[in-house]
Amino acid sequence: MTPAVVVAVVIVIALIAYAVTGGADFGGGVWDALAHGPRRREQRALIASALAPIWEANHVWLIIVVVLLFTCFPRAFADLFIALHVPLSLMLVGIVLRGSSFIFRAYGSKRLAAQARWSRLFAAASIVTPLVLGASIGAIASGGVTRSLHLLDRGDSSAGEMMVQLALRSWLSTFDLTVGLLTLAGFAWLAAVYLCVEAKDDALRDDFRARALWTLASLVALMVLAPLAARAQAERLYHALMDQWWSWPYVGITAVAAAMSGWALWSRRFQLARLAAPAVVALVLGGWALAQYPYLIPNRWTIADAAAPPITIELVLIAVALGSIVLFPSLIYLMRIFKKEDAPGVPGNELTTDD
Amino acid sequence: MSDVLAARFQMAMSLAFHIIFAVVGIGMPVLMVIAEWRWRRTGDATYLELAKRWAKGAAVLFAVGAVSGTVLSFELGLLWPGFMRYAGAIIGMPFSLEGFAFFTEAIFLGIYLYGWDKVSPRAHLAAGVMVAVSGAASALFVVMANAWMNTPVGFRAIDGSLVDIDPIAAMLGPASFPEALHMIIAAYAATGFAVAGIHALVLLRTPGSAFHRAALAIGLTMGVPAGLVQPLSGDISARYVARWQPAKLAAMEGQFRTERGAPLRLGGLPNESARNTPYAIEIPRGLSLLAYHDPRAEVKGLEAFPRSAWPPVAVVHISFQVMVALGGYLVLVGVWVMARAIRRRPLAESRWLMRAVTIAAPMGFIAIEAGWTVTEVGRQPWIVFGLVRTSDAVTPFTNLVVPFVAFTALYFFLGVVTAWLLYRLVAKSAP
Repeated sequence: MTPAVVVAVVIVIALIAYAVTGGADFGGGVWDALAHGPRRREQRALIASALAPIWEANHVWLIIVVVLLFTCFPRAFADLFIALHVPLSLMLVGIVLRGSSFIFRAYGSKRLAAQARWSRLFAAASIVTPLVLGASIGAIASGGVTRSLHLLDRGDSSAGEMMVQLALRSWLSTFDLTVGLLTLAGFAWLAAVYLCVEAKDDALRDDFRARALWTLASLVALMVLAPLAARAQAERLYHALMDQWWSWPYVGITAVAAAMSGWALWSRRFQLARLAAPAVVALVLGGWALAQYPYLIPNRWTIADAAAPPITIELVLIAVALGSIVLFPSLIYLMRIFKKEDAPGVPGNELTTDD
Repeated sequence: MSDVLAARFQMAMSLAFHIIFAVVGIGMPVLMVIAEWRWRRTGDATYLELAKRWAKGAAVLFAVGAVSGTVLSFELGLLWPGFMRYAGAIIGMPFSLEGFAFFTEAIFLGIYLYGWDKVSPRAHLAAGVMVAVSGAASALFVVMANAWMNTPVGFRAIDGSLVDIDPIAAMLGPASFPEALHMIIAAYAATGFAVAGIHALVLLRTPGSAFHRAALAIGLTMGVPAGLVQPLSGDISARYVARWQPAKLAAMEGQFRTERGAPLRLGGLPNESARNTPYAIEIPRGLSLLAYHDPRAEVKGLEAFPRSAWPPVAVVHISFQVMVALGGYLVLVGVWVMARAIRRRPLAESRWLMRAVTIAAPMGFIAIEAGWTVTEVGRQPWIVFGLVRTSDAVTPFTNLVVPFVAFTALYFFLGVVTAWLLYRLVAKSAP
């Protein structure tokens, strides 16, 4: 493996880390929106107390992905951000509104009307952001990004045509939207699984268990649908994923992981489900990365062609290694404090009491 | 509005918004740690209450800072892909390190804000120290990236691309030390005076409140020393600018002619077409003395540079005047505070001092905005000084006025809500 490939692997790992941590935080927002039944207030309180201490740290994985991408693959980064200007801008608005509405709700007025307003914004941003993030990834995989960039290079489209191409045609194919839905369902599912573990009483746990099971069903449907959409619209990706010697074993492992997480949920082995669920998400993202190898952007930039000079890659790898020495113990410390199995129930929201 | 202008406005607006929260992120943890440490030392519950109240405000400010910082990292690509394509490999190093510093900051912030009852008191205080240290480290790394844009080193430029790059040398270029020093001190001064000013305002109504007196003292303990030493770091910065970016210095001073024994101008309104700066109070030889520590030194005027390489002179000059004037006010208030403190007179009993400190509350932040205007507008028309023009780095995506308006509206909304929440927090703490 060349150093550039190692960095690309690190970027994929960081993206997976973002999906299974930060992604689940967005999923929490989805369940905030869909809170219902007699325990809807308790559901929302559980989500809020689960998110509060960790969402900012989880969010940094995304920053790491962006920074590593522009440092180590600057030309591919520039192309991506030109072709995906609209979805990435929408995603940014979603990220800003999700984070700020969450904190405004926690620290703002405790009147029900004010709380409900921030909740709606928090929920809407938590739904839109994963959709757009997923569609952007779909657009890279399906070649929508590549097509836009080729048209831009040719330079024979009018400014108006180019605008429409970049704004709408880069990223809105059926396949891209399927990946968007897949991302949303995956994030919501992760959140539901984690919340089963976090819930302190059985009724609340059953609420999220039911949600996790239903979401898993829709997720599996989308995981079957996405390759079918790929066959029609992202042929290269489909063949790269399905025509390898490892294709069927890989699909098999993913299916086993999904089945195991479903069984774990069904039989109330929530700790096992908490391990199996992120494994499924990691396998799906990893499959995309494998199918696309050696390309960062299909038919546009291979890892080798887009790579920054070796000195940059080597220094970044050193920085990542040294940074990890600080980062991982700190992260483990954070999770041990707030996500211990036998942690005493976080009292609703400590901040509400003295208001 | 042209696309490049819309992109510049969007970037400027995003930076101007984020810098406030970034600065609070550097200064506020220090104040909270001091308060908590005082509580542990004295057992006085006032200090614990103070740390907890500050932590509430900080939680809101940190969250808005985290999301607005994300916007900036995306905007590098959304608005300036030409710049990133050209310079990503060399400028990415400090950003990568900043990523890890930000991670550490976010992790320990979570522990600090939500871990009061979950970790030992010692561990809690240590988490606060980690937030303070990683906040300052983030600032250091980000400023290093900006410093490279002002004094690009560590490469050879051949045919519009960079070869033989040395990212470490690039990080440690000539602007890094003076810029980072000036910024980090500014963050402590601005936050310290802002916090002191808010509590001084409450003390004007209730001079006897022990809670607000304690808060005032801690705010000033950080703000006053930082405010007093800032002119020294400013001197280092000015001499670096004189040497490395003479056109920027000329714009800062409204200096059009190249001359020996150049005067220092206070105020004035530079006129680019007439090439003079009327209405200024001129201190003879002052500029030569300050920039080169030699009253007869030659200072290059803007006339020494082609017209196409001038920054917008009036904006840079006026911003510089504003920064220096506000910094000067903080120095005066700092001296006043020191004079009273040395004579062991309670600060809160001087209503005039409390008024002066209240007025100082926003000044550090306005000075920081003005200072960054000098740095960034003063670098124009270059995005990488002397190498890449800003207009060549902008995205080919068009209609950039749309995202500019959208993000401006979004930030206006966030700013108003944040200000309202902080007002509520302060109003509740007032007796």
